[in-house]
Amino acid sequence: MLIDVVEAPAPPRRRLTWSSPAVRIGMLGAVVVALAATYLFTDIPGSFTFALRVRSLTIAAMAVVAVAVGVSTVVFHTITGNRILTPSIMGFDAFYMLISTVIVFVAGGVTFLRTDPLTLWVVQVLVMVAFSTLLFTWLFGGKRRSLHLMLLVGIVLGTFFRSLTEWMQRMLDPLDFQILTDTAFASLTRPDPTLLAATAVIVAGGCAAIVPLVRTLDVLSLGESAAVGLGVNHRRVVMALFIIVSVMVAASTALVGPILFFGLIVANLAYSYAGTFRHRWALPAAALLGAVFLLAGQLILEQVFSFGASLSIVIEFAGGLFFLVLVLRKGAR
Amino acid sequence: MIALDHVTKRYGNTAALDDVSLTLGDVGVTALLGPNGAGKSTLFSVVGRLVQADAGTVTIDGRDVAETPSSDLARTLAVLRQDNHIAARLTVHDLVEFGRFPHSKGRLTVEDRDHIERALDYLDLEPLRDRFLDELSGGQRQRAFVAMILAQDTRYVLLDEPLNNLDLRHMTEIMRLIRQLADEWGKTVIVVLHDINFAARYADRIVALRDGRVVADADVSGFMRPDVLADIYDSPVEVHQIDGKPVALYYE
Ligand SMILES: Nc1ncnc2c1ncn2[C@@H]1O[C@H](COP(=O)(O)OP(=O)(O)O)[C@@H](O)[C@H]1O
Ligand SMILES: [Mg+2]
Repeated sequence: MLIDVVEAPAPPRRRLTWSSPAVRIGMLGAVVVALAATYLFTDIPGSFTFALRVRSLTIAAMAVVAVAVGVSTVVFHTITGNRILTPSIMGFDAFYMLISTVIVFVAGGVTFLRTDPLTLWVVQVLVMVAFSTLLFTWLFGGKRRSLHLMLLVGIVLGTFFRSLTEWMQRMLDPLDFQILTDTAFASLTRPDPTLLAATAVIVAGGCAAIVPLVRTLDVLSLGESAAVGLGVNHRRVVMALFIIVSVMVAASTALVGPILFFGLIVANLAYSYAGTFRHRWALPAAALLGAVFLLAGQLILEQVFSFGASLSIVIEFAGGLFFLVLVLRKGAR
Repeated sequence: MIALDHVTKRYGNTAALDDVSLTLGDVGVTALLGPNGAGKSTLFSVVGRLVQADAGTVTIDGRDVAETPSSDLARTLAVLRQDNHIAARLTVHDLVEFGRFPHSKGRLTVEDRDHIERALDYLDLEPLRDRFLDELSGGQRQRAFVAMILAQDTRYVLLDEPLNNLDLRHMTEIMRLIRQLADEWGKTVIVVLHDINFAARYADRIVALRDGRVVADADVSGFMRPDVLADIYDSPVEVHQIDGKPVALYYE
């Protein structure tokens, strides 16, 4: 042994101050609860119980999406060793639109609207997961093991799918086209309760699978060679995490539509807010910040601008700007 | 013992390791020398299971590296890599704490904390413990990484150019620490060095690589000879005895 065990200094006792991550996360949780309550009880028109039911569904959808997007983005950042990409780089949004477009193209918009939402959701989730897992095993699981190549191929394929989608959409009649564009932006209000439940189960399962890996995730943030040196089976763990991430992203995308940049804001703010690289804190911080953004955004849009459905557009716009700022700041350094 | 048996590793057309058979770890400190691109880092990567050899086997204490669970190896072998870049923002203490991961899987015991404190102390890092790595000088950061390796407390310690970025005082301190690891703590250290004289002063055995092959493997007196050195480096090297110790003069 290296040394005989002498009396070790007691671990520094953590005082509960603003600088401790636990307090910060607690505060954030309180803000989320306050926002949810405000959203639930402000300005109720007509039937109280009806409004309450609709609004709790919206809040539940926001919670599920916030957790899915926040957690998956942070995990994705760690396993890819970068902080300006989100899992959607793998072409999730493009694939989602392609699937919808193909259905409308082949079967017509009316059939698309009439399809059982659960069936549609299952198909979309399966196809998205299958696609990303294939891409991942092909480019990362094999001998080449290049994460950068994988990301690059993801971007190229995403562009290809987008062009294919566009090309098909050009040939649609205006009504079908309208139906499609309605699905192109995420919609958080009035989710289908069955889909919401299914997505919630998947996202909860994903989180349950990540919890035992939080410390391993910390080690992964040191990079591949250090992680291997410390005994992490890098390939297997990264593969498992990647599949968890893609299932969570696919489920939430199939529920509310594509969300590209939202995870980026949330994850990066979570790193600064939690003030630590430890995933034990960064992961809940990202999920909670996501919920704060969605709830506050929805409240502001409804109360201030009386503007219901377009939260996702505003958030994507803000997220896109944020992305540009990140890229420019990196470039300037 | 770390045993390489006919190990070959190619990158494209160049063989970074060319049919190397070598047993390391019979003495306390082995220095690995050789010009840039000789294959020293590749050798460490193969032994440290970061890259897989194209041919041949590597065993550590008789266990095949390719078949032993990574978490077991992490308690037997620690590798300091040549370049350590970390994207996450960590303090010195955070980094050294990671050295204990193979033992405690992130839940630190009293014993773990003791190892961490000792490692910080040995590398003069006490005053810097709460500084972020990106706020340190190259040499200070290098010492933090060595401390992490020390905290890992493994039988075999592989250090790839640990003297990079260090000033004269810390160079000699690290070399003395390496000697101490071997003599007092019974560790087996294999260290990549560039300075022949550091190797001659502190190592028990010197192995030289060139173009992926072992070109010299001897104890200090067998290695510190003008003909051997000139062969390895392709340039004339004089060897003088100063205070009874061989010193190479290669400044031409
Ligand atoms: N990842 C890599 N890809 C391609 N070639 C590599 C890679 N790593 C090392 N090499 C090549 O293998 C040879 C040995 O490199 P290396 O082991 O780093 O040498 P050393 O550490 O002795 O300077 C060099 O020719 C180098 O260019
Ligand atoms: Mg090297």
